[in-house]
Formats: sequence, structure tokens, C-alpha cells
Amino acid sequence: MLKIKNLHASIEDKEILKGINLEINPGEVHAIMGPNGSGKSTLSSVIAGKEEFEQTEGEIIFENTEISEMDPEERAHKGIFLSFQYPVEIPGVSVTNFMKTAINAHRKANGLEDMPANEMLKKIREKSESLGIDRKFLSRSLNEGFSGGEKKRNEIFQMAMLEPKLSILDETDSGLDIDALKIVADGVNNLRSKDNAVLLITHYQRLLNYIVPDVVHVMVDGKIVKSGGKELALELEERGYEWVKAEKAV
Amino acid sequence: MELKEKLVSSFLAFEEEYTGANDDLHKIRNQAIKDFETMGFPSRKEEDYKYTSLKSVLKEDYSLFPRKENAIEYKDIKKYLIHEIDTYDLVFIDGIYSSHLSSTTHDKIDVCLMSSALNKDLYKPVIDNYFNKLAPKNGLNSLNTAFTKEGAFIHIHKNILADKPIQIINFSTGNESSILVQPRNLIVVDENSHCQIIERHQSLTEHPVLTNSVTEIFANKRAIVDYYKIQNDKLSASLIDNTYIEQKSESFCSVHTFSLGGKLTRNNLNFYQRGERIDSTMKGVTIIEGKQHVDHNTLVHHIEPNCESHQDYKGIFDEKSVGVFNGKVVVEKEAQKTNAYQSNNNVLLDDKATINSKPQLEIFADDVKCSHGCTIGQLDEEALFYLQSRGIPRKEASGLLMYAFANNVLESVKIPEIKKRINKLIALKLGVELGFNL
Repeated sequence: MLKIKNLHASIEDKEILKGINLEINPGEVHAIMGPNGSGKSTLSSVIAGKEEFEQTEGEIIFENTEISEMDPEERAHKGIFLSFQYPVEIPGVSVTNFMKTAINAHRKANGLEDMPANEMLKKIREKSESLGIDRKFLSRSLNEGFSGGEKKRNEIFQMAMLEPKLSILDETDSGLDIDALKIVADGVNNLRSKDNAVLLITHYQRLLNYIVPDVVHVMVDGKIVKSGGKELALELEERGYEWVKAEKAV
Repeated sequence: MELKEKLVSSFLAFEEEYTGANDDLHKIRNQAIKDFETMGFPSRKEEDYKYTSLKSVLKEDYSLFPRKENAIEYKDIKKYLIHEIDTYDLVFIDGIYSSHLSSTTHDKIDVCLMSSALNKDLYKPVIDNYFNKLAPKNGLNSLNTAFTKEGAFIHIHKNILADKPIQIINFSTGNESSILVQPRNLIVVDENSHCQIIERHQSLTEHPVLTNSVTEIFANKRAIVDYYKIQNDKLSASLIDNTYIEQKSESFCSVHTFSLGGKLTRNNLNFYQRGERIDSTMKGVTIIEGKQHVDHNTLVHHIEPNCESHQDYKGIFDEKSVGVFNGKVVVEKEAQKTNAYQSNNNVLLDDKATINSKPQLEIFADDVKCSHGCTIGQLDEEALFYLQSRGIPRKEASGLLMYAFANNVLESVKIPEIKKRINKLIALKLGVELGFNL
């Protein structure tokens, strides 16, 4: 589904990603772990198409198409979804209205008519209920004054609504208490299928107790330095990142 | 002949034609034309007009006295009215009252015409007390006073809540040629009373129109006045709006100004707080493009203690449009415990667009809270990326963000239909297909 080859990216001439190789197949869950500043969030932004970063080398192939030159919205239309570490507050646009705009933008890009209002409302109701989202919440301005947990839950709600092929969850676990974490993890697990894939960017192993990955990668200084099964995450939790760095140095 | 000379020389004919028995008014007008002759139109040499030149709108050969009311049918103008709700309507066409398009009342409140108020004994006490008592003496106000003939006269008597909003709509047809209109409104709201007013100036012609409007508003003790100005006129129409508000203790007045179109728009908006625990609110949204020019010149005069003022103006400027915000707050020595807040936020969408933002705080009291902030920027890239990553194309995402930026000024609008209408106008203006009903 996603093939990243020798990906280099920089911001203001500072190279952050220094040759990433990554392949994710349908049905898989991958986790990328690594210390602060290793480039994890940059990788997720670059896959989603953030223009601030310059992709200097390499390829990003999604569903057999090279997407490096595509705008973020085109990538979204192809089925890439990024759950933000810091979702942006947009006063004046309610969650519901935002969702309708996003859904219909997707449909338009795929040559479909706007979703009928009743169908939209039904979908919104179903998805929000399954995530335990209060109805009042849907008429509030997008992310404005939301708690950390509410913001993350709202990201997963958007993901549920848009039904992406590849979901990238950037530090979705940060700032969540254990109950919120469970709800978010359940939400993600419910959306898993043999046709879609998930890329988890996380600092801690905690989330991986609830969303169990097939592959764990360790990222240090802009490169993936080690990959393994889910047990690698436990080892990292126990021993920190130093030993991976040391191992790599040898 | 220059416009000024033309106006001065037309004055005698105007007086002969329109003055009835009221000697006082005759005196006021004569003094006003003298003042106008001395002061003339403001020029850019004056600090208050540094960024706004009236030259381009004063060069037209305006017709001053349209002969007759032009025939307009309700269906032609319905869209300019807030017609979804029941309102009192005062409709003027080229400065002349249109009875068949209006609905007035004298039941507990007076919603009627300046021309009758000026000439009938019944209203003389109110006119003597309030007319021309607030507008500061300057060229434009004096010009309006000299030619005062028609406009809205609204008097809400003590302890009355006006049962529905009042719309004051001035249409210009300029069938003959370009036209100068000078509405004069007087609004007196007595103790414990409440009214909501919607004002609009709308040109129906491609000929140039210049409106020099003066509105005096008096809010007595505990009165509540909410005023909404919808400025979404043609590119051939210019407006100089002069609005002056005097507030007594515990009154609450708000003015919302939506400037979405017109060649040149200048809003002079002054609040005078004569009492304690007064709240004055002024909010504005300006969204313009092309070569349009919108200037907000505000003054809040805090004269007595324990009062508040809130100013929040947002502007979005595209192409070669020019915005001006000059917000003056004066806090007198006696006005302790004043809380004055001012904010002016702007987005420039084009390198050639301009905003001149100038806060002016003159504070003579020592125990006050006064804040002001001004921002000029572009759209937030992070927010754009967020929306794009949800599949919303960049152009639409920009529209949505601008919409959101401007929209929060609407929160304090108390009439839902106005909120809806303005929301729609803003969305349309920004080319946002919101894909939902607001």
C-alpha cells in the first residue's frame, strides 16, 4: 500500500529525514518509535504533504502512484489520513459543518454527488456514538477549547467518518489519560480491516498495549535504525533508546 | 463649479422650498451652512483623514434635489430587507420617504419621519432637547444639518421594549444622474427601554451615489440599543456615515458594522459615556477587494467612572483594497475603573492590499484597564494544512479560515436572521461553498 524509498526531507535547509525506507501492506499496523527530535512527526507530515518540508530525494508510492508532487488534499482524496499531534483550533466552524465539508470534498474529488443530508446525519450520529462523543460536542467550534482528550477523540472521529486506507496517528496517545486512551484505541481497532493500514507514531509503548502492531520501527536521527515485532516496543520501554543508538554505532 | 460652491449656492433655494414655520430649525440650518462654508470638506491634511481622501468622490456633479419619488416595487427591493421577520420599515428613495414600502407606528413608540418630527409641535420638545445636540461641528456634519430634511425619527418612550426591529433603508436610484443624499436620523430611547435598528444604504443605479448620513442616538438610563449597519453597496456608491451615541448610566449600546462593498466607505462612530456603569460595544467586519476603501474611525469618550467599552474590528483585504482603522479611546481623569478593550485584526491577501491601523489611547485616569491589540497577517499555514489534509482543497480551505476569522464578530449579533444573512454574505464574498446551511 505504502512504499517509501530513500526519503530525504528538510526544512529551511536543515535535513530532518535522512533516507527513510518503509513498506506497509494492507491490513498491517506499523509503529514508529523514537526519541524526541528523531524526525517521526516530520515523516508523518511529509507523507501527508505538508509544504513546509522540502522532499529532496526519494519516493513516496501510495497504491502504486508516486504522490510526492501531490497537494495534501489530493493525498487525502486517495485515502491518506493524518491524525494531528496538535489539532488546529478553528473558531466559527462547527465539528458537524467541518465534517460535512470534508466528506463532500472527498466525494466531489471522486466524482460523487454531495452526501444527502439525512445520510450524513445518520453517519455522524453512528460514528460519534461509537466513540462516546456527546451530541453537544458536534455543534461546538472545531477543536476550540477542547481538552487534549477531546481533540484526540475528535481526530479519531474524523478518521472514522473519512474511512481512509492509510491512517497515520501522530502521537495520538500524548496527553491522554488511560480511559481516553482506551476509547481512542478501541476506535482505531474498530476501523481496522484487511484492506486498510495504520501507521502509529509514538513515544511510548503504552498505546501499543491497546493497538497491537505487526511491525515496530525505531527511528533515530532521521533514519529507521531497527525494525522488529511487537516485542521490540517492550524492549525499548525497558531499556530506552540508548542501546539502539549504541548498537547502530557499532 | 466645485461641489462645495454648488452646495452653498443651492442652500437658499432649499430653505425657501422646505422650511415651514419652525424658526429654530431655520436658525440651525443657517448657522450650519455658514459653518460648512468655513470648514468645507475634510482634506488629507487633517489627521483624521490622513489615509482617506474624499477627492475622488467629491469630483462628481451630484444632483442635490431629486424631483420626485421614483417608482420602486417591493419585489425589486425585498432582498435588501431583512424580510424574514416582522419589522418596522422606514424606506427612503433618493432621500424621499416611500410610504408604500414603509410601515411606521405611533403605538407606544414613534417610528416615523424626521420631516414630520421637525415640523409638528407634538415632537418639538424632543427635537429641542436632542436634535443636533450631539454631532460635533465639522464640515460634513454641518453640511448634513444645513440640508436636513428627511430621515428616521425614532422615539422609544419610557419602559418600553420595541416589539420588533426597525429597519432604516435608503435606496438611491439616481435616475437622472449622480446623486448626493443626506439622511438625518434621530433616535431617542428613554429610560428602561430597548430597541434594535438595522440600517442600510443601497444604490440601485450605476450612476455615482454619495451618501453623507448623520445619525444621533440617545440612550437614557438603563436603555439598550442594538444597531446593525449593513454596508454592501455597489462599486459606484460611496458612504460617509456619521453616527454619534450618547449614553446615560447603566445603558448598553452596541453597533455592528458590516462593510462588504462600496467604492469608499467612511464610518465615523463616536460614543460619549455620560453616566456610570455604561457599556459600549462596537464591532466590525470588513471584507473588500478591487480598489475599495473602508475606513473605520471610532471614538469612545469615557467621561465618568465604572464604564466599559469593547471594540473588535476584523478586516480581510484583497487585491488593491485599502482599509483604515483609527480607534481613539479617551479616558478622562474622573473616569476611574474604566475598562476599555480594543482589537483590530487584519488579513491581507494580496501584496498590493493595504491596512492602516492606528490605535489612539489618551488616558488621564490612573486606575483603569485599557488594552489594545492590532494584528496584520496572512492565513495560518498550519490551519490550512490541517483542512487540506482532510481533503478540503486549498482555495476552499482559505475561504473557510477567512470565514472563521470574520465570523466570530457575529457572536454578539442578537437577531438570528441578521446573523444568518451576514453569514451568507460573508461566505458568498469569500467564495466559500460551505456545503451546509448556516
